[in-house]
Amino acid sequence: MGSVLSRPERAVDYVPETVTRSVKLLVAGNFGVGKTTFVSSVSEIKPLRTEETITEASVGIDDMVGLPGKVNTTVAMDFGRITLNPQLALYLFGTPGQQRFVPLWEELARGALGALVLVDTRRIEKADEVLSVLEERGVPYSVAVNRFEGAQSYPLDEIRDALDLTPDTPLTALDARHRGTCLQSLITLVEFLFHRVETRR
Amino acid sequence: MTRSRRDPDLVRAYVRTGGRLRPTRELDLVTLVIAKSDPTPGAAPDVVRVMNLCSRRGALSVAEIAAYLDLPPSVVKILVADLMDSEHLVTPTPAENLPEIALLEEVLNGLRALPA
Repeated sequence: MGSVLSRPERAVDYVPETVTRSVKLLVAGNFGVGKTTFVSSVSEIKPLRTEETITEASVGIDDMVGLPGKVNTTVAMDFGRITLNPQLALYLFGTPGQQRFVPLWEELARGALGALVLVDTRRIEKADEVLSVLEERGVPYSVAVNRFEGAQSYPLDEIRDALDLTPDTPLTALDARHRGTCLQSLITLVEFLFHRVETRR
Repeated sequence: MTRSRRDPDLVRAYVRTGGRLRPTRELDLVTLVIAKSDPTPGAAPDVVRVMNLCSRRGALSVAEIAAYLDLPPSVVKILVADLMDSEHLVTPTPAENLPEIALLEEVLNGLRALPA
């Protein structure tokens, strides 16, 4: 975060004039799971980045050993936008899933329709933390496995067991570089959110 | 004392926002705003930057303003809330809120209609 000159100017992609409403979905997952790639694949604008400084407990953070108390960390969030109809814009926020970024989560989770959790089968245990953070905040979610090239492909049933997902939690597979598979996972998420609200009524 | 007593980021946010740490109204990262009038002459540099960005062709969300101006969203919220209080910025959002189910249906239809 610096001066006006710290980063090259880019053309501003304004929201179309007809848009009067905006909603957000979270694309959650751990570092390197493909959140930014996913957002790039579906966004109609080149993804944007914001940075927020949060204060977190330093316990357990390797490079802060010996510095007790609290530290400030800059957390970057990449996000994109899709105009869904002339009146409605959808924002997708790539959201780091770690428990230590919870201060940021409070803000992101408020008003979010739901979250798509991206999972890497090579580091599946990392997903537990993300799922816990969402559950604690009552953010409804679906899960999508990002199929990395060269990674062993597991049946979705095994992944469902490994993640201990409830039977109604949607689980899909996608390639974060391929728009079609990403959109399909978003559709599956919103169908789930829709039916959830419908059943509750 | 191994660390500075004051948090430089908080100090900077404090200075940039005229001494406040909280916005005057509830704003979300995706709250849309659009310029209604020119900035007041002599306004603070960050205020002028927000107004210059917003005063062209259409609306932007709080998150987009933060990204384009390279400012933390927490600071942008305070600036935008002030500019809404002074009616320099307005939100195009209609007053009535759609029920969640209607909104979800609209999102679903929109996603299904996108070209793969």
